[in-house]
Parts: sequence; C-alpha cells; structure tokens
Amino acid sequence: MAHAATAHADSGHVDEHHWTSTGLNSRKIAIWGFIGSECLFFASLISTYLVYKGKSLVGPLPHTESQCMLDGKMQTCEAIFEIPLVTFGTAVLLFSSFFVVLALYGAQKGDRKMLLTWLSATVLCGLFFVGMQVYEFYHFYHKGLGYSTNLFGSTFYTLTGFHGSHVTLGVIWLSTMLYLAVRGKLTPDKSLNLEMAALYWHFVDVVWIVIFPVVYLMR
Amino acid sequence: MDAHAAAHGHEDHAHPTPGLYGKIAAVLFVLTALEVLAFEVGRRPDWPMHALIEPLVVPILLILSAAKFALVAMFYMHLKQDSKLFSNLFVWPLIIAAAIILALIVLHAYWIKASF
Repeated sequence: MAHAATAHADSGHVDEHHWTSTGLNSRKIAIWGFIGSECLFFASLISTYLVYKGKSLVGPLPHTESQCMLDGKMQTCEAIFEIPLVTFGTAVLLFSSFFVVLALYGAQKGDRKMLLTWLSATVLCGLFFVGMQVYEFYHFYHKGLGYSTNLFGSTFYTLTGFHGSHVTLGVIWLSTMLYLAVRGKLTPDKSLNLEMAALYWHFVDVVWIVIFPVVYLMR
Repeated sequence: MDAHAAAHGHEDHAHPTPGLYGKIAAVLFVLTALEVLAFEVGRRPDWPMHALIEPLVVPILLILSAAKFALVAMFYMHLKQDSKLFSNLFVWPLIIAAAIILALIVLHAYWIKASF
C-alpha cells in the first residue's frame, strides 16, 4: 500500500477510486458496512412490530373491524389497511430497482440517454412511493389511528415511517445523481457514485420486500 | 478494468445485462402477485382452495419474500458477481438480524406469557 501511495504521489495523480489492500474500493466497502448496520436497525423495528402484533386493546386494527374512539365517542371502525394501493406501491418500488440498474448500466457504458431516462424514472417511482405513504398516513389518521392510539399504531407508524424516511433520503440522493447526469458530470469513470446510491436504493427495496408481507399480508 | 485496479489485484466482474435485469423484474412482479393471491385466498372462505391455503399463508409469504430478497441482493445488488467480502458484510448482519427477530418473538410468545 505504501509503495502504491508513493507511486501515486510521484505521478501527481489524485486517486478517486480509493483501492484498499483487499483490492476492493473503500467507498464500496463502507456502503456495504452501512447497509449491514441498517439490517440490524430494521430488525429491531420489525421484531418490535411482531412482538406487539395482535396486542392492541382498542381499534382501529389492520385487518378486522373493531371498537375505536372516533370523534370523541366509541364506535365500530372498519379494517384500516387498503391492500390494493400498497400492492401497487410495492410494485412501483420493485420496478424502481429495475430502473436504477438500467440507469447504472447506462452510466457504466457511457449511454447518456439510457442513464437520464431510467434515472428519471427511478426518481419518479420513489416520489410516487413517498406520496403513497403520505396519503396512507393521512388516511389512517382520519380513520382514527394516531401514533399513540394503540400498540398497532405506534409500531406501524414507527416501522413504516422510518422506512419512508429512508426512501425519501434515497430519492434526494438519486436526484443529486440525476442533477449531475444532466450536467454531464456522471461519466463512466464516476459511475461508482451512482452505484453506491443504487445499492442504498436496492436496500430500501429489500427492506420493503420484508415489511410488505410481514405488516400488510400476515393477519 | 483500469491499470490502477489491476495493480491492486482488483477484479472488475461483469455485471448482468439489461435482458437479465428485465427477467428478474418479471419474476419479482410474479412473486409479488403470488403473495397477494395467497393473502386473498387465505382471507376469503368462499374462494377455491381456501381450506388448503389458509394454514399455509404465513410460510408461503415468508418463502416468497425470501426469494424476492435473494433475487434483488444477488442480481440487482450484484452480490453474485462482486467480491465475497461484500456478501459477508451483508449476510452476517442479516443472520444476526434474523436471530434477533426470532429470539424476541420466542421470548415474548412463550417466556413472558408464562410469567403472567
């Protein structure tokens, strides 16, 4: 390593690739380490949701009618989940993962049109998903499910809210990549920048692949 | 692979083609549709095969979810082609995460219930 570093200094070359003694890029190792730590973060939220599943004393509940406090009086509330909407949102998020690998392929091959098209599509899909989640939260709140209404509300909003904040961060990250691509600054030798954003985006996707059946489909 | 990477023994493995990415997307879409189908069959007693599927909904959802997770990780996140070190950085925390979820469920389902 010391020999390599000297060689670089002698040549006056600024190393943007950050190769390590493993032969792997240090930035890529860092993003994988970060993703590994995020697995543990979401595991704690998912396990909390599962542990308290079915232990709410009052409604609204996800899959069944229940008695709940709405407009200051106890009344019968309908099941709160809208599976078709969330299924559509899930499909959109899955397709966004497909779109971002196509964008990355375009970036690596120097195909600017492919890069811009699919990266734009990815950002739009991400925005749609965030919009869907905002709509869902707004809708649930007006059906009587607040953050502290019952155990389901607390664990559901915490889990899906943290995932939504990760999606939002991913959209911001990918939007900055799109901005760089539009300005012609995301050249093939800089494609690792997009690859890291894409890895984060795929991670957000795989977390939802777990959350969707666990939270929405398991009764 | 550039000369710099070569000097450090870095191997730039070829990533899949857009055609393969498309096939993976199609499989992911089908698996998601199967998840929703299993859920609907499980909750509607008047649907065919309800009695057969209903007790199996949770295992079916877990298997389909694991398959989707593996496909995205292997092909879209390039773990199948990239260095094993990246796989280790992802898979070991994942194993610990699964153990945490399982341990907490068992703890709350049996041990804490028994103490009341």
